[in-house]
Amino acid sequence: MNDSGKTLLNPACTDRLFRIAAAGSALLAPLLLAALLVQLGIGSAPAWREFGPGFLIGTEWDPVRNVYGALPAIVGTLLTTALALLFAIPPAFVTALRLVDAPPGIGEILSQALDLLAAIPSVIYGMWGLFVLVPIMQDHVQPFLSDTLGLGKIPFFGEYGNGFGFLTASLILALMILPYISAVMRNVFRMTPAVLRESAFGIGCTRWETAKDIVMRYGIRGLLGGIFIGLGRALGETMAVLFVIGNVVALPEDLYASGTTIAATLANNFAEADGILRAVLFALGLILLLLALGVQVLAHYYLALTGAGRGER
Amino acid sequence: MDADETIKISVRHLNFYYAGGHQALFDNSIDIPANRITAVIGPSGCGKSTHLRVYNRIFELYRGQRAEGEVRIDGKNILDRDIDVLELRRKVGMIFQKPTPFPMSVFDNVAYPMRLHFKLSKREIADRVEQALRGASLWDEVKDKLKKSGLALSGGQQQRLCIARAIAAEPEILLMDEPTSAVDPVATLKIEDLVLQLRDKFTVVIVTHNMQQASRISDYTAFFYKGEIVEFDKTETIFTNPSHKKTEEYITGRFG
Repeated sequence: MNDSGKTLLNPACTDRLFRIAAAGSALLAPLLLAALLVQLGIGSAPAWREFGPGFLIGTEWDPVRNVYGALPAIVGTLLTTALALLFAIPPAFVTALRLVDAPPGIGEILSQALDLLAAIPSVIYGMWGLFVLVPIMQDHVQPFLSDTLGLGKIPFFGEYGNGFGFLTASLILALMILPYISAVMRNVFRMTPAVLRESAFGIGCTRWETAKDIVMRYGIRGLLGGIFIGLGRALGETMAVLFVIGNVVALPEDLYASGTTIAATLANNFAEADGILRAVLFALGLILLLLALGVQVLAHYYLALTGAGRGER
Repeated sequence: MDADETIKISVRHLNFYYAGGHQALFDNSIDIPANRITAVIGPSGCGKSTHLRVYNRIFELYRGQRAEGEVRIDGKNILDRDIDVLELRRKVGMIFQKPTPFPMSVFDNVAYPMRLHFKLSKREIADRVEQALRGASLWDEVKDKLKKSGLALSGGQQQRLCIARAIAAEPEILLMDEPTSAVDPVATLKIEDLVLQLRDKFTVVIVTHNMQQASRISDYTAFFYKGEIVEFDKTETIFTNPSHKKTEEYITGRFG
């Protein structure tokens, strides 16, 4: 062995150093997650002691009597997220398809525009929502839906209001997550082997049939991945929702109703929270984190299931 | 060519250009007889595949690719603008170098083109799927795993599945672009046997790198060189008594 074998920088030693560093970095993520969960658990303990599991289904929110329930915020979060996905997925899918098929120059420019959209800070979406979308919803969209289309007579729509509320918040959220979902879908479409598309066209498929029956099935994992990225973002989105949802702690009566989400409730109350309210906010934070984790786990479980079904394993 | 052959595909003065104007086919003219196997041979890059890809206009998927001239199938020029391309592609099936099963079950792979093109009851579809799989000599191997993914089959089985899928659309012409180049020798022989059986019902045009394959299975052979059709004749004649020096050099392995 030569001299360098005794220094710190001999291959075996650097290799071990690298492995320790890599393992440390890899451990950081689960440790942080665990620490967050513990912290939220400790912080929220007084709320759980006070209200018990009933906190999850409580609908009251009375800072004067110090009675709090989480259900309106939970329902609001799930409702806005679900609606946003519903609004965002179809246009994201079609946009991605178009981007892949567009002529090279134009496709490139549109693609970059899409990536830029994803970089817009959410507070800007919130401001735009408040100053532009809310008046439009109030003056045009809601009257159109309720009166012209006559949807006002069925549940979920009802009497239109002031432009704030679930529908508006969901639209903003949909706009925000659309570029994310679309960008991922575009990458998935690009990865589809040319010969697979050719064989679909080769048996007489139209572009649309090729996309929905062949390319979509082929890339279903990637597409769902894109949707879950959007889902995760919509679940936790705060600023954009805060401006337009109306911030009323109540179960939604219809889509025009004002309401709240977990993230919006946290942002609205944290500044002056102490005592039991503070614990309640921690509890809401814990619920949000668990929701997000639950979605991830479900997604992986579902993908594993469908993957097995298609013979990938 | 024998005088009593019916002509299925008649190509006249076909020129083909890739994006940027690069010309790949020069003045191709050929008559492909019905219910025969016509092999297309020639060195790499000589335009065999390019020529084949004109017959179902699959080249149109790519911007800037252009074909000029006439390709008449049953007398109708398929390069005309008013041709229904979807119907053309139903009539002219294509098998690719690599097996391309769709990401769905074995059954659905074969049922898919039927659902696409014909209005059939579930019962009829099931019957025809079996027929198509039998037609592709695959039924006995997959009848117990119809619900499994097409991607779970072996390479040779996947390729026969693709042939079954092509048959399912009830085409008249089958284009095969080196269908055995990605499968092992045993699977190759099975596919060759299958192609021989297909002759009864379909007009088969098969591009191949493998000259033994061409001589084993084809009735006619076209030799391509640098985008031109150098010689087209009965396979026997091409391989025993070619009229062109280039053809002779190629089939005796002096280049290629």
